[in-house]
Amino acid sequence: MRLLSSLLSALDRAILPAEVRDGPLPASARATCDQDDTVAAPWPVASDIGFVHSLHWFRMLSAGAALVVAGALAAPGLQAQTLLNVSYDPTREFYREFNEAFAAHWVALGNPEPTIETSHGGSGSQARAVIDGLGAHVVTLALASDIDAIARNSGKIPADWQARLPNNSSPYTSTIVFLVREGNPKGLTDWGDLVAEGVEVITPNPKTSGGARWNYLAAWAWAERNGQDPQAFVAALYRNVPVLDQGARGSTTTFVERGIGDVLLAWENEAYLALKELGEDQFDIVVPSVSVLAEPPVALVDGNIPDDATRALATAYLEFLYSPEGQALAFKHFYRAWDTSAADPADVARFPEVTRVSIADFGGWAKVQPEHFGDGGIFDQIYTAP
Amino acid sequence: MSDVSLSAPARPFRAATTEAPWIKWALIALSVAFLALMVFAPLLAVFIEALQDGLWVALETLGERDARSAIWLTLTVAAIAVPLNAAFGLAAAWCIAKYDFRGKAFLITLIDLPFSVSPVVAGLCIVLTFGANSAIGGWLVDNGYPIVFALPGIVLATMFVTFPFVARELIPVMIEQGRADEEAALTLGATGWRTFRTVTLPNVKWALLYGVLLCNARAMGEFGAVAVVSGKIRGQTATMPLQIEMFYQEYLSVAAFTMAGLLAFLALVTLLLKTLLELRFADQIAATHRQH
Repeated sequence: MRLLSSLLSALDRAILPAEVRDGPLPASARATCDQDDTVAAPWPVASDIGFVHSLHWFRMLSAGAALVVAGALAAPGLQAQTLLNVSYDPTREFYREFNEAFAAHWVALGNPEPTIETSHGGSGSQARAVIDGLGAHVVTLALASDIDAIARNSGKIPADWQARLPNNSSPYTSTIVFLVREGNPKGLTDWGDLVAEGVEVITPNPKTSGGARWNYLAAWAWAERNGQDPQAFVAALYRNVPVLDQGARGSTTTFVERGIGDVLLAWENEAYLALKELGEDQFDIVVPSVSVLAEPPVALVDGNIPDDATRALATAYLEFLYSPEGQALAFKHFYRAWDTSAADPADVARFPEVTRVSIADFGGWAKVQPEHFGDGGIFDQIYTAP
Repeated sequence: MSDVSLSAPARPFRAATTEAPWIKWALIALSVAFLALMVFAPLLAVFIEALQDGLWVALETLGERDARSAIWLTLTVAAIAVPLNAAFGLAAAWCIAKYDFRGKAFLITLIDLPFSVSPVVAGLCIVLTFGANSAIGGWLVDNGYPIVFALPGIVLATMFVTFPFVARELIPVMIEQGRADEEAALTLGATGWRTFRTVTLPNVKWALLYGVLLCNARAMGEFGAVAVVSGKIRGQTATMPLQIEMFYQEYLSVAAFTMAGLLAFLALVTLLLKTLLELRFADQIAATHRQH
């Protein structure tokens, strides 16, 4: 703040005539900038040094230079032991708590306190940012295909990354459930009910949303197991979709805040979070008989690790996800994790049994992606069909 | 700016319009209602949402690490981008107004380019030019100077988007003033630098200040271009507008709307400064604005 005000006063000294300088305007300008004086510049700022008046242009320039230096000092990368975790949208609440727990754990092992940074966004766009140079030390994304994309396009992650950590490098899993209005007025209990006349289904566009692909595949898997033609069933389901949002949070807003639709197909953890944040008396969660086993994977980005100390920190971070404490936090934040030993039993008990189909049962993303969601794929055929 | 002429001294006049009074009042009411609906109501809603749990709770959210860092980053970016744009805008306007050369119209169009290019495209251009996969960006990253997903990228994106404000404010004023004053100064033996300092700059100081205020308002509020180049690292590369979106998506509506309120407040301060300038120096500003 002081820097800014010194710049302003340098500016008005430079361009305002003397009689104006002490008028009401510059005073008010200074007042608005001087509210927070706690940030003191560690170096002499131009306006603190008594330059002669004819040097006012020099003052302006030096104030500007001081600011550039301030900016350079504020740039990332100078602190010791920082870790950047690039993650996807719904993990914000989980990683906020996990980072604190991990920092405490790391300090308890006799290390200095680490600075853990996180970045959240759509899984695909986060992968794109890492490919374009975002300096992630670890990535914790929604789909294995996004980490594959980083491995393929940047070479910063080895191709066999998924074998480096247990459970396909997925410390926690999730599934797709139905969020319905309180009391389930349309009586929706399983996928078969969603194609009935007059039921409005809210789901995002599988072309742009990772979660929406899982929604689509879950419906497909249910139809296969219940003797229906999956393509015809999914086509009937999408005829009941009034709007296709771009992403999962967009669909949640459509359903929750705009009040459109009878059922939202959502990530289980997102559904519970919406319930917690927006009121348990407004919505119910319905778990269908068949759903998907979504495995959001994690990986170390070898190409962005500058030294052994950072590698040790990043490795410990990922391993801590698998520790009883990390797993308990995942349960707490509505993920289905693996190790229940330290978890609150109530957090574990809220997940009903469900038959979960994994992407391997569909033949892997490499096959599913072009076949179902590629240009001219099955989704294009059913959604454009009259 | 155009309302300056309304404050001119009244002289005896005939009614300029022949409409019935009720039409006049209806039109005024319509405008006020439109303004209330489109501007004041949403602004009020922001402040009401921010203050729903009380002023103290709202202010506390600004004290949190991520919020403080976002505010500091936004101020830093504005403090770097605005002076640089003021200098470049002054140089561009000087060049266009005081010299004749081929391609001048093209240069003017080029200065306006950031107004017509979508900010997302601007951001992507910076990623393509300075990202890790480009020749320059790759070299800079290897040598420990990342541009994209760090402060320099955010400053570049902000500068790109806000570049026209100062230049556009200055060009008409400087063209209108012509070269006569500078030529006189030169004839009297002043150096080029002294001419600039004592003749040109005082002539355009109001326009320059206007441009700087507008530029600053936009620099602090820019979302699209910055979102592309920021990398959205909490507490590191999240500016205030980005942090507002993050808070909102995390269901932290008090924090989101408090910061939105702060950003709106900063914009209002800018407007207030502009209005104060107009009130205090109406005649001088009118002189520089009469022609455009």
